[in-house]
Amino acid sequence: MTREMTGAKMVVQALKDQGVDTVFGYPGGAVLPIYDEIFLQNDIRHILVRHEQGAVHAAEGYARSTGKPGVVLVTSGPGATNAVTGLTDALLDSIPIIVLTGQVPTFMIGSDAFQEADTVGITRPCTKHNWLVKDTDALPGVIHEAFHVATAGRPGPVLIDIPKDVQFANGTYQPPKRSTSHYQPQVKGDLEEITELVAAMETAKRPVFYTGGGVINSGPAASQLLRELVDATGFPITSTLMGLGAYPASGPNWLGMLGMHGLYEANMAMHDCDLMIAIGSRFDDRITGRTDAFSPKSKKAHIDIDPSSINKIIRVDIPIVGDVGHVLEDILKVWKARGRKTNVEAVRGWQAQIEKWRKVNCLAYKPSEKTIKPQYALQRLEALTKDHDRYITTEVGQHQMWAAQFLNFEDPNRWMTSGGLGTMGYGFPASIGVQIAHPDALVINVAGEASWLMNMQELGTAAQFRLPVKQFILNNERLGMVRQWQELLHGSRYSHSWSEALPDFVKLAEAFGAKGILCSDPADLDDAIMEMINHDGPVLFDCLVEKHENCFPMIPSGKAHNEMLLGEAETHGVIDAAGATMV
Amino acid sequence: MSALHIKKGASKHSAYNLRPTFSDVMERHTLAVVVENEPGVLARVIGLFSGRGYNIESLTVAEVDHTGHRSRITIVTTGTPQVIEQIKAQLGRIVSVHEVHDLTVEGPSVERELAILKVVGQGDKRVEALRLADIFRANVVDSTLNSFIFEITGAPEKIEAFSDLMRPLGLTEVARTGVAALLRGD
Repeated sequence: MTREMTGAKMVVQALKDQGVDTVFGYPGGAVLPIYDEIFLQNDIRHILVRHEQGAVHAAEGYARSTGKPGVVLVTSGPGATNAVTGLTDALLDSIPIIVLTGQVPTFMIGSDAFQEADTVGITRPCTKHNWLVKDTDALPGVIHEAFHVATAGRPGPVLIDIPKDVQFANGTYQPPKRSTSHYQPQVKGDLEEITELVAAMETAKRPVFYTGGGVINSGPAASQLLRELVDATGFPITSTLMGLGAYPASGPNWLGMLGMHGLYEANMAMHDCDLMIAIGSRFDDRITGRTDAFSPKSKKAHIDIDPSSINKIIRVDIPIVGDVGHVLEDILKVWKARGRKTNVEAVRGWQAQIEKWRKVNCLAYKPSEKTIKPQYALQRLEALTKDHDRYITTEVGQHQMWAAQFLNFEDPNRWMTSGGLGTMGYGFPASIGVQIAHPDALVINVAGEASWLMNMQELGTAAQFRLPVKQFILNNERLGMVRQWQELLHGSRYSHSWSEALPDFVKLAEAFGAKGILCSDPADLDDAIMEMINHDGPVLFDCLVEKHENCFPMIPSGKAHNEMLLGEAETHGVIDAAGATMV
Repeated sequence: MSALHIKKGASKHSAYNLRPTFSDVMERHTLAVVVENEPGVLARVIGLFSGRGYNIESLTVAEVDHTGHRSRITIVTTGTPQVIEQIKAQLGRIVSVHEVHDLTVEGPSVERELAILKVVGQGDKRVEALRLADIFRANVVDSTLNSFIFEITGAPEKIEAFSDLMRPLGLTEVARTGVAALLRGD
């Protein structure tokens, strides 16, 4: 079915044909024709945010919690530049996002017109691909291709810049057809390499699975296959921050998160293993620590859909390019066909060694009856919410690491956090996007007060759409992670790392028509959390916590996995000059 | 998608892995990148090199298939083997890139570059310049009473050698096209 219509109408029609039910956006001069079309229909719901950055993070939360691409609509110039942080965040965490930006009319491009910016130029390095559409007839094809590019292969953000005259002009609409795009990333892994990996698994004495966000991105089936493979082999499994939930935290082989603030047993297992099976993870510097001392004794296999991830940081022995779900299916097939063999005896010894590391109890902290320890707050949050249909988002910093350590994730797509870019201000708008996608679920943003203030304007969005998002703010009146690094690296000179002139969060919530809760006594915490859960509406929970708590365990920068700092360690001077130059 | 089939560099069956993968030795590679001829495609390729800190020694680009909207970018780059592999993989990720060929690995290949050089001088120097140009099969494409413009085609080394010889004879300006290269055979 092809029809004559305006470019603006095409945008809405193409979104409908792509199955889009929600758009996050903010209007402005250069997108008025599209907003007019949105006004004239009821199939697509538009969520008005309070800042374009919030729109992109909300779309990320929507995408990450549903597996469907998130859609954003913003205007030219400042609308587009405000979206840049969100685009970069989505690029680093491989989140499928489609951002539609208005642009000044084609005949004014290049004239420094009002609200003109070189949007495709600015966003070229922070999108997977982008387009400037100068011809209305090309618009539907580009939009359909954009959905294909955003979701195929390694997912990522794309942007379509649409000049205002293209929105007004008439053209012929084309519905989506089977993709004729040349962009068709390889999804099946090389069977020879897969067989080599299975052979290595059969004899490995100290194997470990090291999984990442790629398992989540591959879809729920991939997580299911991973669970089957892990539990059939009995090999221990650790995950990056981005991969939490692919394997359940209650599973028998779960080691906990690895990396800079990962668990002792996970990092030690990575250091001492003889076979590392990296699945949808990318050897990020938060994971590897010192690369020349990274897991020195292991044979390494790496499954990744993006060939550029392989051998980028760490040289691997068995590279497998392909989609995690497809490759795991083939691994299981080959492993079963060859007789389901593992080195049972040796793996049992390896598990016993891991038990010894686990006994170190690396997450231990000094409890307090007077002040709320942030770890305690998260333990109570976990205990009181774990039986709910629960989604967690976070901001960035100490609270994010504690949330990853103390909250347990049983399923994929339940944990939304800014991993690669580390964007303070991500969590609140992301929680809005999650709540839009899951209206009846309990959506909690674990935040620090400093991060939360970076996108606090979205309280207006939460109030307008009556979204019962819970903002669980661990308020230490500090930029806790910055403070921790200044203590470790800069002689405890806390340069600008405290939160001065904080608002009264309860009054702030009330000013927006939301509920505010203040809690400072550990004895009141459970009741306060229950009050938050039971309130049907947005809640701002100001949890006053211990101000000088540091986040442990920690691999100091420039150190190896087996040189972790545990809670009680002496922290001064642990990072040498070489480590200090790293981030 | 063909762009991701850079098997020749990435798989263990290639000549590449016979070399130490993480060696520090700098290598010079000539890459042929076939791209969709669309606005901004060159910026994507160049932006990749500058954004990730890779070297470009020379770069040429032109449309080579008008009906298929294909352009061919020939890039000469230097880096350690690991960096060269990353460059190829990163190029392969660009959505508008159709094919990435490492002519140095897939080779042997033929490399050609064109240069025009202005040599200003009189008397013996002028005669000597003309004599050397003849030996290098450079053509005189413009002449005044006290200057020549030579056109020379060949491998980059030949052009280097010729311009080195012209320098003492009054070389004032050089314009080079950068390398164009093709694999030998079928």
